[in-house]
Amino acid sequence: MKLDHELLWLLGGIGGLLLIATIVTFVLKRRPGAGENAVIANLAARVKAWWLMVALFAVALATGGVGSVILFALVSFFALREFITLAPTRAGDHRTLFWAFFVVVPLQYFLVWLGWYGLFAILIPVYAFVLLPIRSAAAGECDHFLARTAVIQWGLMVCVYFVSHVPALLMLELPGYTNQNAKLLLFLVTVVQLSDVLQYVWGKLLGRRKVVPTLSPNKTLEGLVGGALSAAGIGAALWWATPFRPHEAAILALLVTLMGFFGGLVMSAIKRDRGVKDYGSLIEGHGGMIDRIDSLCFAAPVFFHLVRFFYA
Amino acid sequence: MFVGALAGSIRLLCGVRLLPPHRFPARQAIYFANHSSHLDFAVVWSALPAAQRRRARPVAGRDYWEKTRLRRWLARDIFNAVLIERQKVTASANPLAAMLAALDAGDSLIVFPEGTRSPDGTIHDFKPGLYHLARARPEIPLVPILLENLNRILPKSDLLPVPIIGSLTLGAPVFLQPDETKTDFLARARESVLGLRIALPS
Repeated sequence: MKLDHELLWLLGGIGGLLLIATIVTFVLKRRPGAGENAVIANLAARVKAWWLMVALFAVALATGGVGSVILFALVSFFALREFITLAPTRAGDHRTLFWAFFVVVPLQYFLVWLGWYGLFAILIPVYAFVLLPIRSAAAGECDHFLARTAVIQWGLMVCVYFVSHVPALLMLELPGYTNQNAKLLLFLVTVVQLSDVLQYVWGKLLGRRKVVPTLSPNKTLEGLVGGALSAAGIGAALWWATPFRPHEAAILALLVTLMGFFGGLVMSAIKRDRGVKDYGSLIEGHGGMIDRIDSLCFAAPVFFHLVRFFYA
Repeated sequence: MFVGALAGSIRLLCGVRLLPPHRFPARQAIYFANHSSHLDFAVVWSALPAAQRRRARPVAGRDYWEKTRLRRWLARDIFNAVLIERQKVTASANPLAAMLAALDAGDSLIVFPEGTRSPDGTIHDFKPGLYHLARARPEIPLVPILLENLNRILPKSDLLPVPIIGSLTLGAPVFLQPDETKTDFLARARESVLGLRIALPS
């Protein structure tokens, strides 16, 4: 892949943001009485984890298609692991789960790598849906069969199918944008993750009206509006790295942010249902893999299809 | 080095973390846990701080672990197991004698008082061995350990693992009370494991 200056600018910008965050954290930590402040400790842990995540992501992008496909395959694998751990599956699902983890996940990402859109789009919604319950039924355990089967299918859809739409952006053939799709991927992930942070910041500053108090006390209307508008602004400001015009980039960023917000809400509902606060403890300060990518899960397929429909 | 790497990979595979050393009695102990998977012993062993791990020996059924060469090699050479008779218990093959000999040599024991793996993860009644150990060596702390989800990673009936996240919870040491009956003690010991199954944090 030839060196893409726009990609470098994007990565440099993210690095700059993280540098500012690191300096702010450092200053906050040195203030008297900050030593035992849990919020600052969590912020520091989060910033540190962000550096690692951005570094991994940058390396994946730099290696072109293969790196991104492998990175997101691993993301899916760990997310599915967290999802199934919380899900009430039974002994009769053991072999079904073996297939889900070791056949469906690699196959879905292999299809991304091949760029075989036709099969990529139906592998999980059609073939996994049809074949996996057969394996569970063959095991002969019928207690809660529908719930168990539904939970496995849901896990595959959210953690594998949706997430695989991020690297699948690389397979889109966009006129005038050949071999530049890595920036599209970076655009999506940056907008979604920044909107998460911005919603949190706006919510802390102005947040009063909770959107769904029973699900998520931290998600406020003010946070949503502030976060969505500022993320749309960031999307527009990054138009030069995308095949979109500035106002199109803003609209896409807005839609992606809304999908991310509601995705986060759905994943919170699942956590509440299972009685946990986080999906895991994989990423220091952030919780589990799913806690970090919940908004991306729901935003990725919508963004993918909008781009595919209007630009490919 | 090899042992440390092995312990690390077991923790990675099962999603279990290394326990902080200060949570453990610094001295010899009898660790007892619920039993639902072949992974149970390996997970307890790998979660122990290195100093305690070096002296920790699993107690396992001779009938099962001497059946094939591979099992014998794993039990004897890798994990230094104390193999005990489960079926033909005689005076000359008293399971208690082998365990006490290991304790008297300064080793710690990892025991599974249910006697066999539970097929579905429920915790069955404890066999009396733990009581006899506690009565013979009342000064050694008995440390309860709750293992969860390991039967979902590798159930009794299967050889293929599934990457679920397992968990290990350590309880406060238990001692035999002077006037405690066998039944009461075994029930209390079982409760000390069950009680670690706390409600998930909200």
